[in-house]
Amino acid sequence: MSYVAKSPWVIHYDGSSCNGCDIEVLACLTPMYDVERFGIINTGNPKHADVFLVTGSVNEQNKNVVKQIYEQMPEPKVVVAIGICANSGGVFKECYNILGGVDTVIPVDVYVPGCAARPEAIIDGVVAGLGKLAEKRKALEGDVIVEPERASAGEQQAQDTDEREEGAK
Amino acid sequence: MGKRTIIPFGPQHPVLPEPVHLDLVLEDEKVIEAIPSIGFIHRGLEKLVEKREYPEMVYVIERICGICSFGHGWGYCHAVEGVMKVEVPVRAEYLRTIWHELSRIHSHLLWLGLLADGFGFESLFNHCWRVRERVLDLFEETTGGRVIFSVCKVGGVRKDMSKEQLEKMSQVLADLAKELKSLTDVFLEDVSVKNRLCGVGVLSKEDAEELCAVGPMARASGVVQDIRLTGNGVYEDLGFEPVIETDGDCYARCKVRIREVFQSIELIRKAIKIIPEGDISVPVKGKITGEFITRMEQPRGEAVYYAKGFDGDDASMHLERMRVRTPTNMNIPAMVKTLQGCDLADVPMLVLTIDPCISCTER
Repeated sequence: MSYVAKSPWVIHYDGSSCNGCDIEVLACLTPMYDVERFGIINTGNPKHADVFLVTGSVNEQNKNVVKQIYEQMPEPKVVVAIGICANSGGVFKECYNILGGVDTVIPVDVYVPGCAARPEAIIDGVVAGLGKLAEKRKALEGDVIVEPERASAGEQQAQDTDEREEGAK
Repeated sequence: MGKRTIIPFGPQHPVLPEPVHLDLVLEDEKVIEAIPSIGFIHRGLEKLVEKREYPEMVYVIERICGICSFGHGWGYCHAVEGVMKVEVPVRAEYLRTIWHELSRIHSHLLWLGLLADGFGFESLFNHCWRVRERVLDLFEETTGGRVIFSVCKVGGVRKDMSKEQLEKMSQVLADLAKELKSLTDVFLEDVSVKNRLCGVGVLSKEDAEELCAVGPMARASGVVQDIRLTGNGVYEDLGFEPVIETDGDCYARCKVRIREVFQSIELIRKAIKIIPEGDISVPVKGKITGEFITRMEQPRGEAVYYAKGFDGDDASMHLERMRVRTPTNMNIPAMVKTLQGCDLADVPMLVLTIDPCISCTER
C-alpha cells in the first residue's frame, strides 16, 4: 500500500447505468465505508481528477461525453469500469442503443465486476487502480510516456477474466 | 432588460449523480427559460422483450433503476400476473409491500442526503447516508442484495422472511425512527436550511394538475394523488392515508418525503404485526396471451406498466409489447415550469426537489 502516499481525487460519470452502481460509488464516500479519510475526494472537475470511475455502458449519445472527460484529465490517469454494464454491457448488452463496455471508447485499466458492484469491490478496484497510477507516474517521471492503447486494454480484460475464472474455481 | 445568456447545465455536473442536460436561458441572474434534453442513458430495454422470455424479463425490468428496483420488478410482475390471471398468495403481497416500503425509505433518505449536499450541508448528507446503510443491511439480510434484489418473481416472491427476521426488522425500524428524528429536525427547523427551501420554486395546485405532476411533487402542491389508495398490495389492510402538503415549494416537497419516511416505517411495522402465514408463490407456466395495464406508486410517484402477449396462435413465451411510464418523465414539465423565473443559484435545488431519476425516464 506504499503507493497510497498521495490522495487521489476521483471523478464519477454515469454512462447508462441503472443507478445501482452509482449509489454504491457514493456509498463508498459516506460514513459506512468512508474513503474520504484517505483523502479520496469526489470532484466534479475532470482537470482535478486522477481516477475516472465509469458506471454503465456506452451509447451513441454519451460516448463523446465519456471521451471528453477522459481527454480533459491530466496524465497520469486511471480508468476504473464499475459494474458489469461498464465491463461488457451486462444485462443490456443486446439492447439496440448499447455499444458495449466502456473499453469500446476509452482504455480501461481496472474492471470491477458485479451487479450492482458492492462498495467493497469498488474500493478494491480503486486501490488496484492506484497501483497502476503509481506505475504510470514513474513512467512519466522517467520521461517515458505511456500511450494508452486500445490493445493493451483488451489484453487487460482478457487477463482479468482469467483471474476471475481462476477465482471462481 | 439585461443581456441574455445561455448556460449549459450538465450532463456531467457535481449536483447531478446522473446525466441530464438543461440549457438555461438567463437574463442577468434570472432564469427565463429552461430547455431540457435527455437521452444520455437510453438503452432501449423495452425492446428486449423480444429476446427474453417473460419470466426472465423481471431481471431486466428491475434494472430500469437501481433505486426503485423492487417497485419496477413488482409492477412488471403485477402486469404479467394480470395477463395470466394469476392470484398471488396473501403472504407474498405482504412481503412485497414490506420490501417496497423499505425501498421508499432508502430512496427518500438517499434523496434527503443529496438535497443536503445540494445546499452545501455536507455533514447532514453523510448522516443521512449513514442512517440509510441500516436499511440496506435489512435488505441484505432478507434478500441477499443491497440495491438490486431479484426477489420478486411472476407469481410471488422468491424468499420468505422468518419470524425472527421480521421482529428484528420491526425493532431496527423503531430505532431508526428515533435516530432519524434528530436529522429531520435539521431539515425542517434549521434557519439556513429553511432559507434555501421556503418559498423557492412554488408549483401551484392548478399547475400541478395541468402539468400532470405525480408523486411527492403533486402531493406537496395539495393534489391528493397516491396509487397506494387504489388497492394494489395490502395498503387497504394497513389503513393507508396519503401525505399531503399545500405550499408547493421546495420545503413542502422536502416535508412530504420526510413524513413519508416515518409513514413507511409505521406501515411496515403494522404489516409485520398482521402478516398471515402461507405460501409465498404460485407456479406460473405456459404461453402468454392477452394484455394488462397496472399502476404502482414508486418513491417518485405513479408508474404505469403495460404488458401484451401475442394473440391466438402466435402466443409464445415472449411478450409482444412491454411499456413502462415512469414518474420523473411526468415531473419534468413541472420542473421546467418552476425553473422559469428562479435564480441561477437555486437551479440545483429545483432540479433536485423533483427527485429526478434519469435512468427510469430514459430506460
